[in-house]
This record gives sequence, structure tokens and C-alpha cells, in this order.
Amino acid sequence: MIPELGHFALILSTLVALVLGTLPLIGAHTNRLAWVALARPAATAMALLVTFSFACLTQAFVANDFSVVYVAQHSNSLLPIQYRVAGVWGGHEGSLLLWILMLTWWAFLVAMLSRQLPEAMVARVLGTLGLVGFGFLLFILLTSNPFERLLPAAAEGRDLNPLLQDPGLVIHPPLLYMGYVGFSVAFAFAIAALLSGKLDAAWARWSRPWTMAAWIFLTLGIAMGSWWAYYELGWGGWWFWDPVENASFMPWLIGTALIHSLAVTEKRGSFKNWTVLLAIAAFSLSLLGTFLVRSGVLTSVHAFATDPRRGIFILIFLVAVIGSSLALFAARAPKVGLGGRFGLVSRESLLLTNNVLLVVACGTVLLGTLYPLLIDALGVGKISVGPPYFNAVFVPVMTPILFLMGVGPFARWKDASIPEIAKAVKWALLVGILVAVALPLLYGQWFAMTALGLLLAAWIVATAALNFIERVQHTRAGRGFLAAALSQPRTFVGMHLAHIGIAVFVVGVTMVGSYQDEKDIKLAPGQSVDVAGYHFTFNGVKAVEGPNYVAAQGEFDLAVDGKFVRKMNPEKRNYHSSAMPMTEAAIDAGFLRDVYVSLGEPIDRDKPEGEWAVRVYYKPFVDWIWGGCILMSLGGLIAMLDRRYRVRARAAAPVSAGTQQA
Amino acid sequence: MKTRHKKLALIGGALAILGIIAALVLNALNSNIALYISPTDVAAGKAPVGKPFRIGGLVKEGSVAREADGVTIRFVVTDTAKDITVNYKGILPDLFKEGKGVVAQGKMTEAGTFSASEVLAKHDENYMPPEAAKAVDDAQKAANKHVSPSSLSQPKASY
Repeated sequence: MIPELGHFALILSTLVALVLGTLPLIGAHTNRLAWVALARPAATAMALLVTFSFACLTQAFVANDFSVVYVAQHSNSLLPIQYRVAGVWGGHEGSLLLWILMLTWWAFLVAMLSRQLPEAMVARVLGTLGLVGFGFLLFILLTSNPFERLLPAAAEGRDLNPLLQDPGLVIHPPLLYMGYVGFSVAFAFAIAALLSGKLDAAWARWSRPWTMAAWIFLTLGIAMGSWWAYYELGWGGWWFWDPVENASFMPWLIGTALIHSLAVTEKRGSFKNWTVLLAIAAFSLSLLGTFLVRSGVLTSVHAFATDPRRGIFILIFLVAVIGSSLALFAARAPKVGLGGRFGLVSRESLLLTNNVLLVVACGTVLLGTLYPLLIDALGVGKISVGPPYFNAVFVPVMTPILFLMGVGPFARWKDASIPEIAKAVKWALLVGILVAVALPLLYGQWFAMTALGLLLAAWIVATAALNFIERVQHTRAGRGFLAAALSQPRTFVGMHLAHIGIAVFVVGVTMVGSYQDEKDIKLAPGQSVDVAGYHFTFNGVKAVEGPNYVAAQGEFDLAVDGKFVRKMNPEKRNYHSSAMPMTEAAIDAGFLRDVYVSLGEPIDRDKPEGEWAVRVYYKPFVDWIWGGCILMSLGGLIAMLDRRYRVRARAAAPVSAGTQQA
Repeated sequence: MKTRHKKLALIGGALAILGIIAALVLNALNSNIALYISPTDVAAGKAPVGKPFRIGGLVKEGSVAREADGVTIRFVVTDTAKDITVNYKGILPDLFKEGKGVVAQGKMTEAGTFSASEVLAKHDENYMPPEAAKAVDDAQKAANKHVSPSSLSQPKASY
């Protein structure tokens, strides 16, 4: 009964989405206030219905209702409760429902927090979100209904993929989806602005906090996924340039360009067309990511043949969204006007360079991701594009971005002078060079690439500090330094914090890439191995029992300089419901390094108490990678909470103003 | 500088940067693409010499052996028509199993064996790497058999 209710709520919400996607948009265009006023209640109703539907599916998981196909495929009565709840998004249908849930929540939030916006604008934004929601609801109802029944019911569920039975599953997909879907709000604002013809500073100011929120979630979601891969897959890597990872990284790159270009549009009125294009691109790439991951083209081009409807539906949707928004853009863009002019060297031109480089970076990732699919689709052969390609193109594109990141904040809007900037940043360059020369020597070996990474990281931190101090000195007006420092605008503080986050991230990537050490070795109980000064003694393996698995649990003593530090217990798990073993690494995390042990296989399958193949890692600064991401998100959060986004805009313009051209 | 000159400088600079990046990308793409080659094609001498490539197929039953150091592994990849011996030093992925699909990246050695730098297995026990499935499919088609390995194991997205 409850699954039917959930299904029914989903159908109702589709109708509501259709209403939301049509009437308010028409109302805003034809100045029918009653239709415009429909937007907020319709968005609220859509969110409530989808939330109810999602709750129904969750209930089916919690109650082990194996008469629902989706539950029977992705759960099991032995599955611990937190994974039964998270199992809701452990497969295709449920994760799609989560996507839609996030979308309706974003729409609901816009409806609630947009009191200061003109009504026509709200109607257009929510209407656009309604249309997107309608497309996805139709998709789930027609091709991937999670409430489908299984008759007769299964006695037991097939269980969740053991790889997904991890706290990572509970947090990672919701964060990532909040980010993906959040760009739909930036997109909706852009479409609304194009529809009304009013692409102005006010539009950019409304759009900024929403875009920033989506970017924060996406940053955290990607970082969480990377961390999960690091500790769960047992390979010790943090990024594999896997197509699925790339699918989430591309919207991040464009989203990063977008938040910078929005800043210019808000402050100077320039880059309007470009900003709109980026907003469209960020959301389109989110859709493309969904398409790549969900249609099965990535695992195999032949997955199209197994369920062609899904892939084709998203493809059609993708083409419709991108096509119609670009058509609208083409119709409106010529009337937009150029905005403020700027000199060859100015903050605008630096931000433009940053934008171009980020877009280029995204393009190279897109190429590397789609090229093998293209070659395969053409039937020319099968190829793979591996990490070396991405590393080879990424370093040269990112180096100038990181360098300019230090310069940008010193450049004036409109017209900046190079000698002035050079004078302001020369000490930062000196600091960077010192760090680049000294730190690698401290670690024993000096590599040019290591020095470059550290130079850029130190440069960013030093320029941020100089810029901050300079600004505080300029705005002191008789106050103490600290008081002045604390009263800086949050966007300014947030920007520098996020930039420092990038620097921290770069340190992590550089150090772990240069100085990590690993050993694959055969160990008998009592034997030991040394990696980078860490001494691991293997005490053997014993059998332990988990709720729905049995595991071989190894015991290692970790010692440094002959002193015992701690015990480490990596596991090799065998889940009852699955033939697939799972490696659980044991990690001793630290500020300056992680050490990492994982069990390979017993050398003799019949003697698990004997020798084992073991992998041990030393990973310097690896946690800085995720720490940097957290700092970036924190910077974004602080910037998002800037006072000026909360100041009420002037009283809502009459609806008729919406149809005028700017 | 006049506005027109500024614009020209901007456009020229942008074009130069784009040119450099395009060259970079093409170069990187050219030197970092790994072709998939089936064991049958390797046996026919179609494998590139001195360049890394990927092979796909099934791990032959009973072929996995360890050397004395415990971490060097030797196994046979087959597409049911031809076999190729693979050497790999390291820890095998969890999903590596005799009789199951596998993809390995590496180079041919002078001894005619394949020295793998990487052995890949995906996230799901039911999942057959498409490259492995294709290699077996092709070999069986050539032998006029009509059993497809993909009918044994449905590929499905596992993430």
C-alpha cells in the first residue's frame, strides 16, 4: 500500500511540476498576476509530494519490503539500518529520486527565500525549475519507477553492493547531488533573466549566493567521494581520472568560472553574456554527468542495448535543455549590451583569463572523457585515455591559474598597473621561492615539479596574507588592526580563505605525488616491513564476524624509531550475500602523513593463518587534499553569507517591467 | 595604446594561448592513449611494440600462480581462442578471479609474455569489463559459436 502511495505522489508531483513549468512562465510574460502568484504554492506542493514519495521508498527499505523490486535488489534483512536508509540511493532508480528530491528542495528554498525579488522574476525562476523537474519526473515514471512491485515477493533481498556499505554512501551522494542539482538554480536565474531581458547587476547579485551554495556542495561532494575512494577501495589513490569522477569535476570547473564571472557582472556589469553561457554550461554539464553515469554508456556502450530507453530519454532531455536555452540565448544576447569597459591589465581581464583557462581545463577533461566513447561509437576500435593524459594537460593549464590567483586580488577594477602590482607582491614571490627551494630538500630529494607546486602554494598563501593586511591597513580609519581585520566584508575574507584552501590542496597533491612510498610484500606472522621510517610488524590474521559478513582481520604493530605507536587492523571481508571480497584498509591518519595498510590475499588460499600478500603505504600530506577542499567550501560559505546578499532589494518592480528589454 | 590595438593584442594573445594548449592536448592524447587488443590479435602480431596497450579477456581457470616473493603473479588471459601469459607484481584487485573477466594494461616483453603495470577489475561481481566481453565475443564469433559471455553476466552500472 505504502509504495503505491509513493508512486501516486510521484504522479501528482509530475502534474504539479507541469503546472509550475507553464502557467507562471506564461503569466509573467502576459502579465497575469494570478498565474504568477501560482509559482510559490506550486513549488511548495511539488517539494512536499516528492518528499512524501521519497519517505515512502525509505519506509519500504526500513521495513524490508521485498515485494518492491528495487528494495529486493538493493537491500537485505541483515543490512544494518543506516545502510538500509542510505540504500534508498544505492541504485539507479532511487538515486534518480534523490536527484529529484534535491531539485524540489532547491525550488522550495528559492520560493521561501526570494521575498525581496520581483514577483515576475520568482515566477520565471521557479517555472524553469518546474520544467526541469517535470522532465526528470517523467523520466523516473516512464523508465525507472522505484516503486515497481515484485510478485510474488522475494523472501530475501539481494543486498546492497558491499562497496557501498560504508558511511561514505550515507553522505557522498546527497552532497554531490545537492551540488549538481544546485546549478539548476543558477541556470534558472539565467533563463529567467534572458526571458525578462533584464541581465543586470541585480540579477547577478541574486544569483551569486545560490551559485555559491551549489558550488560548496559540489566541492564537498567531490572531496567526500575522493576520500571514500582513498580509504575504501584499498588502492590508496585519491583521484583516478575515472569517467565518473570527471563527470562531477567538469561542472565544478565551470561552476568555479561562473562564481568568478558573476562577481564581475555584479560589480562592473561586464561579462553578462559570458556569465549566462557559463550558467547554462554548468547545468548542462551536470545533466551530461547524470547522463554519462546513469545511462550506462560509461561502463559500456552496449548498455544502451540493455535498456535503451533510459539513455535515450536523458539524451533527448539534454538536447532539449541545451538547445532551447542556447536558442533563447541567441535571441536575447545581442540586446544585452556590453557593460563596463576595462583595460588590458585590470581585475576584469585577469578574471577573464581565469575563466578562459578554467573553461579550457574543462574542455580537456571533456575531450579525455568522451574521446574513447566517440572512438568506440564510430567502431574504429577500443581505447582508453589514462591519468597520464590528464596530468600532462592539467599541470600546464593550472599553473597560470594558480599564479594569477595571487595577482588578481591586487589588481584594480577597470585599469591596473603592472609595476604597482609587482611592487605589492614581490615579497610573496620571495617567500614562494624560499619554500620551493628549502622544503623539498628537507624531504631529501629535490624535484622540479615538487618545487613548482610548493612555489605556487606558498605564493598563493603569501599574496593572500599581503593583500589582506594591505586592505586592513587601508580601512583602519583609526581602529586597531584586529578590529579592522574582523570588520572586513565576508566576500573578501571568504575569497582569501577559499584561495588558501586551493594552496593547501596543491601542497597535498604535490607532496603525496612526490614523496609517497609503497611496498607490496609477502609477510608471515612475526615478520615485519619498513616504509619511510615506519616499522610494521605482522601479527597474523584472525577470523571476525560482522553483522552481514565474515572477515579475515589482520593485526599489525606500527612502530617509529623502535617505539610502539598503535595497532592497525586491516580486514578482508566476505559478505554473505555476495561472492565479492572487500578490502578494508587500516589507516593511521596524521597532520603531516598517513600510513596505510591493506591485506591482499593469503599466499595459500587454504591457510589464511599463514603468509599474506600485504600492501603498505606512506602518504605524506595526503589529508591536506581534503582539508583544502573543506577550506574552499568554508571560504565559499563565508562569502555566501555576506551582508549585502541579505539586504532587501528595492521594492518589487511591477510585473510589466519584466517584459521590457534592458 | 588605442582600443583597437588593445583588442588586437587580446585576440592575438588568446589565439596564441589556445594554440599552445591545443598542441599540448593533442600531444598528450597522442602519447597516452592505450589501445585495447584482444589475445587473438596479440597472437597475430598486431600488438604495438614498446608501447603500452590493454588486453581484455577471461582469466584462464587454474592458471594463476605466485612466485616465491609472494607478490609477483603470473596468469593467463584468454579470449577462448588464444591465450596470453601475463606477469604482474603487486596486489590484485578484489574482483580478480579465475574464470572472470579482466583488463590489464602493460607492454609485451621479448619473451612474448605481457608485463602488466595495472590490472583492472570494476566495482561489481556481475560486471564484465566490456573490453573483456568483446574479446571473448569476437573470438567465439570467429569460431562460430553463439554463446555470448554477456548473456552469462549482465553488465550493469554499479555506481
